[in-house]
Amino acid sequence: MAELVGLTGNEAGAEALKDVNPDVAAVFPITPQTELMHQFSSYVNDGEVDTELVPVESEHSAQSACFGSAASGARTVTATSSQGLMLMAEICYITAGTRLPVVMPVVNRALSGPINIHCDHSDAMGCRDSGWIQIYSENAQEVYDNTIQAFRIGEHKDVLLPVMSCLDGFILSHTMESVEVIGREAVQGFVGEYDPAFSLLDTQSPISIGPLHLTDYYFECKRQEVEAMENARQVILDVGKEYGELTGRGYGFFEEYRLDDAEVAIVALGSTCGTAKAAADQARENGVKAGVLKLRVFRPFPGDQIAEVISRMGAVAVMDRAISFGLQGGPLFNEVRSFANGRCPNLINYVYGLGGRDINATEIESIFHELEKIKDSGQPGELYRYIGLRE
Amino acid sequence: MSNKLLNWREMPIGGMVVRAGNSEEYETGSWRTYRPVHVEERCIHCLRCWILCPDSAIKVEDGKMVGFDLDHCKGCGICAAECPPKCHAIEMKLDSECEDEASA
Repeated sequence: MAELVGLTGNEAGAEALKDVNPDVAAVFPITPQTELMHQFSSYVNDGEVDTELVPVESEHSAQSACFGSAASGARTVTATSSQGLMLMAEICYITAGTRLPVVMPVVNRALSGPINIHCDHSDAMGCRDSGWIQIYSENAQEVYDNTIQAFRIGEHKDVLLPVMSCLDGFILSHTMESVEVIGREAVQGFVGEYDPAFSLLDTQSPISIGPLHLTDYYFECKRQEVEAMENARQVILDVGKEYGELTGRGYGFFEEYRLDDAEVAIVALGSTCGTAKAAADQARENGVKAGVLKLRVFRPFPGDQIAEVISRMGAVAVMDRAISFGLQGGPLFNEVRSFANGRCPNLINYVYGLGGRDINATEIESIFHELEKIKDSGQPGELYRYIGLRE
Repeated sequence: MSNKLLNWREMPIGGMVVRAGNSEEYETGSWRTYRPVHVEERCIHCLRCWILCPDSAIKVEDGKMVGFDLDHCKGCGICAAECPPKCHAIEMKLDSECEDEASA
């Protein structure tokens, strides 16, 4: 039974996990993720889920416990943020390399130092080559929807990869919004009974997990991960479509907001897209045909599809809430640019919002107006820019 | 090694070993730089080498040490070191200088 309830992003993540009812959750608290697993642990305490909750002593242990649990064939979850993700990074690569479909909400937060607890995407971007699928949410509704879909995507036999369900720290995690939840029965029907591809506890088909792969086999294992990530593309589209048939909210690689007739556009991830949509509306009232490409799936990266859309635009700005020192600009820009490969000559980058620095609709509207000027002049000017920074 | 290496499509995923007890098929003899050579006339068949070989690469028949499984011997030299000094029945020689009597 679908029901409209008030939930923060963290609560929406916990609600999704509750409806999925995973076998095992390994948990360690870190701001701003703490409330998500706090809420989930109350479901465990109250008997609303059958999950074995394992409180561990660090995120390194959390991901290690997930590894063991998933290897034994259990549907397994954890959640983290920032420094926690960095501490578990070592094991994140192993979970992916061993093809264990763990699901993990990542409540995006800046990395120290200096120490900061607010939102940016440095944490997840730091793990972009770890072999995890990465899906980003604009609002609490999408946190709920994406976290549920993560199970179907990661557990698909052609994929078998772990999935990060990313949500912006505080901006989403601690903001209450109305969320339509579809309930235990519908979610169970959607995710199905977990049928692990392999299990250490299957005595009929004994296996060993984690043997040494030297110069002779390691390379081939990595090539298999490439293939799994490629296979994930179709699975993500199929699962998003099926979820749409169930809920009326279908999902693809990205959402196109007013791009049909747009001449300038912004590409962004996460909650900023909501602000960018409002800014696009404002810009249109002021005579700029503005639109937003809200990227949902960052890994696997839908570069060809993005390039196809932005090549129709007169000028495009890619917004990065993370930065790559010494490369200039952010990872999203550099990846979009490599796929655009000249098809969108007026392509610029804005790094914004590091350490939770707010970005508002007026600032984003100013970017649309800047893009309009670039479109008319054909001169992109400085490629790498900042917005919201005291210069 | 005589084993054909599997390509990425043929391999089990995630580096898993999907059949029990198949480590014998992994011929680690190629790791070897030095190989043990058995000097039979000096051997007293105390079988210290057989007890201490970490790779079960000492061949024994009817209670007597009869040679090495060079498909699996990694050339660690423990057998030669543990062979009683008065016997010195195992010598380590550069693998590259030995005639290839094994499939290794």
